[in-house]
Amino acid sequence: MLKSRDLALIAIFTGIIAALGLIPAFAPFGSAVPITAQSMGIMLAGAILGSKRGALSVLLFLALVAVGLPLLSGGRGGLGVFAGPSVGYLIGFPIAAFLVGLLTERIGRPYKLTLGVMANILGGIIALNAIGIVGMALVLDVSLVKATTIAAAFIPGDLAKAVVTAFVAAGVHAAYPGLIPARAERSAAAAERIAA
Amino acid sequence: MSAPVPLYLPGSSVIHRVGAGPKLLVLLATGIALTIWRSPWQVALALTLVLLGYAVACLPLRVLLRQVRSLAWIALPLFAVQWIFASWQAGVGVVGSFVSLVLLAGLVTLTTRTTAMVDVVVRMAGWLRRFGVDPERVGLMLALGIRSVHVVIGLAEEVREAQYARGLRASPRAFAVPLIVRSLRHADRLGEALAARGVDD
Amino acid sequence: MPEIRVESVSHSFGDGSTRRQVLRDVSVRLAEPRIGIIGANGSGKSTFVRLLNGLVQPDSGTVTIDGRDTVRDGPEVRRRVGFCFTDPDAQIVMPTVAEDIAFGLRRRGLSRAERDERTRRALTAYGLEGHADHPAHLLSGGQKQLLALASVLVTEPDLLVLDEPTTLLDLRNAAMVRRLVDDLPQQVVLVTHHLDLLDGFDRVLVFDDGRIANDGKPTEAVAAYRELAMR
Repeated sequence: MLKSRDLALIAIFTGIIAALGLIPAFAPFGSAVPITAQSMGIMLAGAILGSKRGALSVLLFLALVAVGLPLLSGGRGGLGVFAGPSVGYLIGFPIAAFLVGLLTERIGRPYKLTLGVMANILGGIIALNAIGIVGMALVLDVSLVKATTIAAAFIPGDLAKAVVTAFVAAGVHAAYPGLIPARAERSAAAAERIAA
Repeated sequence: MSAPVPLYLPGSSVIHRVGAGPKLLVLLATGIALTIWRSPWQVALALTLVLLGYAVACLPLRVLLRQVRSLAWIALPLFAVQWIFASWQAGVGVVGSFVSLVLLAGLVTLTTRTTAMVDVVVRMAGWLRRFGVDPERVGLMLALGIRSVHVVIGLAEEVREAQYARGLRASPRAFAVPLIVRSLRHADRLGEALAARGVDD
Repeated sequence: MPEIRVESVSHSFGDGSTRRQVLRDVSVRLAEPRIGIIGANGSGKSTFVRLLNGLVQPDSGTVTIDGRDTVRDGPEVRRRVGFCFTDPDAQIVMPTVAEDIAFGLRRRGLSRAERDERTRRALTAYGLEGHADHPAHLLSGGQKQLLALASVLVTEPDLLVLDEPTTLLDLRNAAMVRRLVDDLPQQVVLVTHHLDLLDGFDRVLVFDDGRIANDGKPTEAVAAYRELAMR
């Protein structure tokens, strides 16, 4: 059962994912092509809230997009986006957040940068793209190879975001501890499970 | 930064007055139909009906054009690929059904209030009850989510102002860490207020 | 007036090296209509008022409101005790004004007609009738705090706890909240740093380092608080 505080964390993180998509965060190719930080928001949800709450906040974000709030980067929203070629990525978002969260919980507290980057790459890039590419191939009626070539263009940007996400997560966990279990607590819990 | 206003455009047409549930059903049915029937004339019929819907709903032409423009970047190359590797008929089928479906979904969103959509989601969530999910909770989460989007955008503006005031260049990390920490502290207070109002009872 | 009984309550936050005791064996009985609570930051006053609706559960000791234990009968206590916080933004939970007022009524088994009627009356009573369908984020700070109060009072609690409700408000809005609280028939427990809000209160508690350092009429308590602050 989710308590009030969990509900609040899930809802507020939905707001964070939305805010990261509305604000052009950095523009490496000049102001014409701003890369928004929204896909970073998906990884951050898992890396900061953990698996369950992270996945639920991404799910809530998608529900708000579906009921018509234009929260996807570029001001897109409504049911139309779920008929578009990026539908696989949208479906993959909560799964990616869950996996990043699961791996981050394994790292435990204190947060480790290199392990965090690996968690973000495994969940937020590899798993997400696997689902996204299948979706793209189905909607556009192209081969998986062709869909993969299209997706490959975004990989360098995604890698940069995986690194930035880990730095942000490290900063947040230092300033606001208690969201992921400390390593000692986790091993104690595991010991209890074994004893039981 | 643009405010996240809902995409709903108020009106009094027949389409505005049809319930959100039936509209979503039509959308679902069309999606299934267009994966089965996608010959050029079938797709042309679907597209004509969707455009007719926009006319009946009295939506401004620029709203339709904006959607078409945002679809063009994916539709045109896709059509070219299909034409080169398959046939123009296949191109019309794939691209036409895709464009019709996205425009129809847009029509539903433009003519349905966000609150009506939320109510449908809560009703649909009724079947989740057997998995221990409370539909009332789903409705509460959607409402809390809408509210939180506005709250966090307000916090984001404060963080930006604070950074400009201190002359810091906005790097994604220097922006995201204070925004998230402030938001999490806000979530603590929000959680406390929810508990005080009996949400856990 | 409900009777608040706090019996030898101690409470601490954190564990290990970060453990900090915030309440030290506090006992008090409160039955007056207007009760003020003052003290330095970190003196334990916010924790104390959070005991009154079970938001904080004591490590040891008991808290009862009219004989109902805040831990054992938590849901019943929270139905009778309304709580208003400092930051209105964090306690408005619904997107629009009318929805937020109706929110607390939803879980009380009232009919839809009754809910709508009570919501409408609350909108008028707190001067928000023109804003019923407005998004809450477009209200001014003062209006937001009014909405927060309206959303709590519409459920007709027996006791209203206010934790620094005017800290984020300007003078005019603070005066408005003050007038509103003055006119309430309910018992009120008010935590504040605005000492002039306590004029006419029946009893004021001064908290210091987790204990009640003074307990008396406003003038006497405020004088004791000033003395503590200068030490």
